[in-house]
Amino acid sequence: MNDVLFNVGYGHFLVLAAVLFLIGMVGVLLRRNAMIILMSVELMLNAANMTLLTFSRMWGDVGALSAHTFALIVIGVAAAEAAVGLAIVVAVFRGRRSVDVDKLNALRH
Amino acid sequence: MDPQTLSFLGLPALAWIAVLPLCGATINLLLGKRLSKSTVTFIAVGTVAAACVLSGVMVFWGLFQHGVDATGNMSPKALWEGEGITQVAWKWIEVGSFKADLAFHLDSLSAVMILIITFVGTWIHIYSVGYMAQDKGYSRYFGYLNLFTGAMLILVLAASLPVMFIGWEGVGLCSFLLIGFWYENDAYAYAGRKAFVVNRIGDFAFLLGTFLLFWAVKSLDFQDIKSLANGAKYATTAWGPNGSQVWGHERLAAAAGICLFIGACGKSAQLPLYIWLPDAMAGPTPVSALIHAATMVTAGIYMVCRLSFLYSVSTTAMIVISTVGLLTALVAAFIAFAQTDLKKVLAYSTVSQLGFMFVAAGTGHYAAAVFHLGTHAFFKACLFLGAGSVMHGMEHGGSKTPGDITTMGGLKKHMPVTRATFMISCLAIAGIFPFAGFFSKDAILGGAWSVAGAGAPPGWPPFYGYLLWGGLLVAALGTAFYMWRLYFLVFSGNERSEEAKHAHESPPSMLSALVVLAFFAVVIGFLGVPELEALHKIPHAFHALETWLAPSITHVWWVDAGIKPEMGHEPSDVVSIVLMVVALGIGSLGIGLAWMLYGRGPSPTVAKLVEGPLHGAWVASKNKLWVDEFYDATIIRPFKAACKGLFEIVDRFVIDTIAVNGAAFVVSLFGRLARWFQNGQVQRYLVGVVVGAAAVFFVTDCHRHPAVTVTLKNDQLHLHAEPGAGIVGSNAKLHWHLDGVPACDGDKTLPGEPADRDIRRGDATGSSIALCIDDAISHTMTPVTVRVPTEETP
Repeated sequence: MNDVLFNVGYGHFLVLAAVLFLIGMVGVLLRRNAMIILMSVELMLNAANMTLLTFSRMWGDVGALSAHTFALIVIGVAAAEAAVGLAIVVAVFRGRRSVDVDKLNALRH
Repeated sequence: MDPQTLSFLGLPALAWIAVLPLCGATINLLLGKRLSKSTVTFIAVGTVAAACVLSGVMVFWGLFQHGVDATGNMSPKALWEGEGITQVAWKWIEVGSFKADLAFHLDSLSAVMILIITFVGTWIHIYSVGYMAQDKGYSRYFGYLNLFTGAMLILVLAASLPVMFIGWEGVGLCSFLLIGFWYENDAYAYAGRKAFVVNRIGDFAFLLGTFLLFWAVKSLDFQDIKSLANGAKYATTAWGPNGSQVWGHERLAAAAGICLFIGACGKSAQLPLYIWLPDAMAGPTPVSALIHAATMVTAGIYMVCRLSFLYSVSTTAMIVISTVGLLTALVAAFIAFAQTDLKKVLAYSTVSQLGFMFVAAGTGHYAAAVFHLGTHAFFKACLFLGAGSVMHGMEHGGSKTPGDITTMGGLKKHMPVTRATFMISCLAIAGIFPFAGFFSKDAILGGAWSVAGAGAPPGWPPFYGYLLWGGLLVAALGTAFYMWRLYFLVFSGNERSEEAKHAHESPPSMLSALVVLAFFAVVIGFLGVPELEALHKIPHAFHALETWLAPSITHVWWVDAGIKPEMGHEPSDVVSIVLMVVALGIGSLGIGLAWMLYGRGPSPTVAKLVEGPLHGAWVASKNKLWVDEFYDATIIRPFKAACKGLFEIVDRFVIDTIAVNGAAFVVSLFGRLARWFQNGQVQRYLVGVVVGAAAVFFVTDCHRHPAVTVTLKNDQLHLHAEPGAGIVGSNAKLHWHLDGVPACDGDKTLPGEPADRDIRRGDATGSSIALCIDDAISHTMTPVTVRVPTEETP
């Protein structure tokens, strides 16, 4: 039991990443507020980053730093995505006085 | 000009005979409504008359030419004495060994038929011009009539069974169209359907017979079947596939012959399929004349005569044919006694006469059958057209039931020409010398006598000929009686209704046909004067028919041992003359009886007999022996019930409920599922993405175990394990364990390294060894048991 709790290894990081990813995924799937959904997407992206770094460490990919580079790119893209996403949410809110995604179904028909 | 290759516009001359009326039918049916009445008449009558002229040319010129063989030598025989003329219009079907050309064949037998069909057909067309003048379906009527004639010509000119079947079905279709011509009347439309359905039963048997022949002979060409059936080849070779003995030829000929004969029963209205013919009176009267004289009902007789080579092999089939013929002749004559409808009496008379013809064919006297067919065509056409004339007159007299003979009487004053021709035909059908029916009926009776006693063909009971002869004599007595009862009731005595008093004679177009047909009803019999020693001095033309038909008909009985006795032995002169006198006496007796009872209208004796001793028979005859009711109870009702059951179970339940609605339900179920999914909300779609991704991970199995191979060579086990490519498994440490109990101790490989080990087979305890996998992430040991192979790996 102690072994599992305190002997922190790759498994712990991967499990944490999986939990973060799941929380983000459930948020994206179930929440109705566009803002929350954007936040959940951020959570998922960072969970992915975490696995990238963990596996990099596991495979001994220390010198090449490809996973670290990848993670940095993901952070950058996430920032851009957040900017665009928030802008859209603001624009939608201006038009409709609501950011409830269930009501954003104008393209349904 | 060579008649064998004579052709116009690329179509052989023989094909033109049938095509001409078909052209007329096409024009009249497609354009008839736009054409004037006189154009329709011209096309309809013209095409049939042209076919008649062409038939005459092909028969009286073509068949008398001499064929030229391959070396250019003129054959000493005229074409009619040999194989006749065969012309191929075009190749029709060629599948494997099966080959059917659209070929036409003219020999002396089909020559007689096409002359009768086109000649009588032409006069019926001419008569129809007057009879149908007021009908609104004028062009449709003539279109059908032409189609009927054309189909019948195809039937008789066919050189093979499939081509014959085209015509066979064609006349069936036309009978349906023409019997139900006045289809607004439900009863008439029903009669048309009845004719079609009853014929269908026969057609089915015809097809079975055709298939059977093809199975055995591998060809359906008449000449091919004939060459197999006739001659030495046939006598020694069985007709099984590849010469097998499964079907002896007698059995095969019997089976095929009887199947085809059932087809003939349908077309030629024999027991048990005759029921459509009396109802066929629903059509216009000239159609009845056409059906009864020239087309349709003669098809069965013609087919049996055409296949004489087949029937001459099987005494079984011959006995069946003559028995059915005799029973039909008797039953139909009996039913005719009490009928009160003019055309119904004539219809049953036809059924009865057809029975005569089948007895003739069944006793091997095909020439007599064709002879009676020919004479009957003339006098029966004349009788029907006469009946049409009478009804026409009665209608003009104001009658609403123009065919009811109880309202007639005394018409000889009003319709002298019709009466004279009707009388001649009645004399002919009763078999009175020197009218046509006398000679032909005598030929049939003589033929029946000739197979009696010592003349019995192989396999026939000796008494059977006498039975046939006696039965036919009774039928002949009945014929004379009911025909003359009809004549007296229509023309003699006093008018029994106001309408009869106002009846008047028909227009000339109708009368001309009557006169011509009556003329032939008198003289046509002289083509078949019996060959008596005493008569050898008379010109040969008087025996022309039998001589003429001889080349196309088989006259000998073929039996297994190859014995070929002549069909029947001709009775001596004295016997012949006695037979004739007896037949003549019987005919006169019938007429005398009819005169006594009906000479001046129905006498009181008739009423007394009908009420008294003959009451039962009269009711039975009046009700047509309840045959229709019998069929209704035994076949039609059970059939309808079965149809209804099948409809409810198969159609309603299986097809409608399960198949159709079931499929729709499944589709709508999936539709509802998809509708829930496709709701336009991006989150619903994301669920799909997530579930899909999870499924992909599940299926591809990330946590793959190492790949293990164990090979056995020279009693050495080589164990090899390689970490899998999965995320976890590829980094595992491995260890081979040989103690039999899976336990993970000892040295392990580095993460991701393969584990190899060589041992002797005997070192492996028990039959299994274990592989320990040290999971790099969870640091747990998973032992996996590996089976040791027992056989050497190649």
